[in-house]
Amino acid sequence: MNYLADVGALARKDLLLELRARDTLPAMLLFVVSALVVFHFVLPAGSSDLAATGLLWVALLFTALLGLSRAFAAEREQGVIDGLVLAPSDRSAIWLGKALSILAFLALAELIALPAFALFFRHIDGTLVGGVALADVGIAAVGTLLAAMAAASRARELLLPLLFLPLAIPIVVGGVGASVADDPARYLGLLGLYDALFAIICWASFEYVVTE
Amino acid sequence: MSTWSRNNRLPALATLALTLTAAAIALIFFYAPLDEDGLNQKIFYFHVPIAFTAYGCFAWGGWKALRHLWKGEDGADLESYVAIHLGVIFGVLTLVTGSIWARYRWGHWWVWSEDQLVLFLVLFLFYCAYFMLRFSVPPGPQRANLSAVYALFGVVLIPVSVLAIRLSERFIHPVAFDKGGPNMAGSQFFTFCVSCAAMFSLAATLYNLELVGKRLDMRLRELREALQ
Repeated sequence: MNYLADVGALARKDLLLELRARDTLPAMLLFVVSALVVFHFVLPAGSSDLAATGLLWVALLFTALLGLSRAFAAEREQGVIDGLVLAPSDRSAIWLGKALSILAFLALAELIALPAFALFFRHIDGTLVGGVALADVGIAAVGTLLAAMAAASRARELLLPLLFLPLAIPIVVGGVGASVADDPARYLGLLGLYDALFAIICWASFEYVVTE
Repeated sequence: MSTWSRNNRLPALATLALTLTAAAIALIFFYAPLDEDGLNQKIFYFHVPIAFTAYGCFAWGGWKALRHLWKGEDGADLESYVAIHLGVIFGVLTLVTGSIWARYRWGHWWVWSEDQLVLFLVLFLFYCAYFMLRFSVPPGPQRANLSAVYALFGVVLIPVSVLAIRLSERFIHPVAFDKGGPNMAGSQFFTFCVSCAAMFSLAATLYNLELVGKRLDMRLRELREALQ
């Protein structure tokens, strides 16, 4: 119970910070809409709708990267992370709280991105939304841990996409498959498996990322 | 471990690797029969054992990473790094040999329908990022921890990627690609096993050699610091 209260407090802190400073979410929203507009010019006339669906996943992935690269900015610049690590709570609560707030950012960004996609390109169906929801969990889980890693390195933001993209390939396969294939169930299954496996390993190993 | 076995393990391993590699090359070219693919098929005896060895190195690196995080074993970080380094070298060789094989079998240097090649490309990117991470953190306990966590991710990523790449073929290549894998004859299988053993012993030799060098380097640095 105590653990959940810690997680809630940490997630609330991030959302409150965002509400006051508004430095991540507007950037994500603007980026995802700009990316969709760019994609209109990327697709030559006569391209299939399926290609546009594939590009939607590119847009979502890079929007997530944009948000993740700022995820630990306040912690790093203001030295908050040392305080959090010293706090008498389980360190994995830091990861879970941050992952939940990232998940909320992603969901809000997609609340704009998916209708915009439907408006500009093609209709979206339930399995696509389901795929996006499952993919968000995986992106938030893995991305948060990698963002903490990148924040600890000298290269900082530069490193995050390099660490994240190879790990995101199964997410892309699952997401694109769920959006375009005739049998989306197995792709949703892949996303679910990915989420479960990586959430467990991130939860268990976050402590080692922030402590020495 | 007695002093004798510690001092002589590396030469013994090196001798074993040399013998097995020579035997494997002799078997591949003079003993294993040609199949319908002709001489091209010979690269199979290099490509597949090299791929297995790369998997072995990655798994060993992951295991050592787990030992580092779990037990705080001394030196496990270095061992994990050396194993992964070696795995990347064998992984690049897998990509090169696979690419050559694809060229002569299907006429293209790169085929996206070949699961193994695509997987190794993903793993190559992943472990290159591992090096980027490792070398952008100053040496110390934090670098060891970050490297170990990322190496563990790799061990989970391999099976998930295999599954994902298999599944992706269903919407990228709707027609199932039948490679018609060779039904190996007994003599071919024997050659293949010797070739695998040769690659494993070669990897083990290189692993130990690299570790000896790195440990010597560390010891020297410690002594130099002690002198100052």
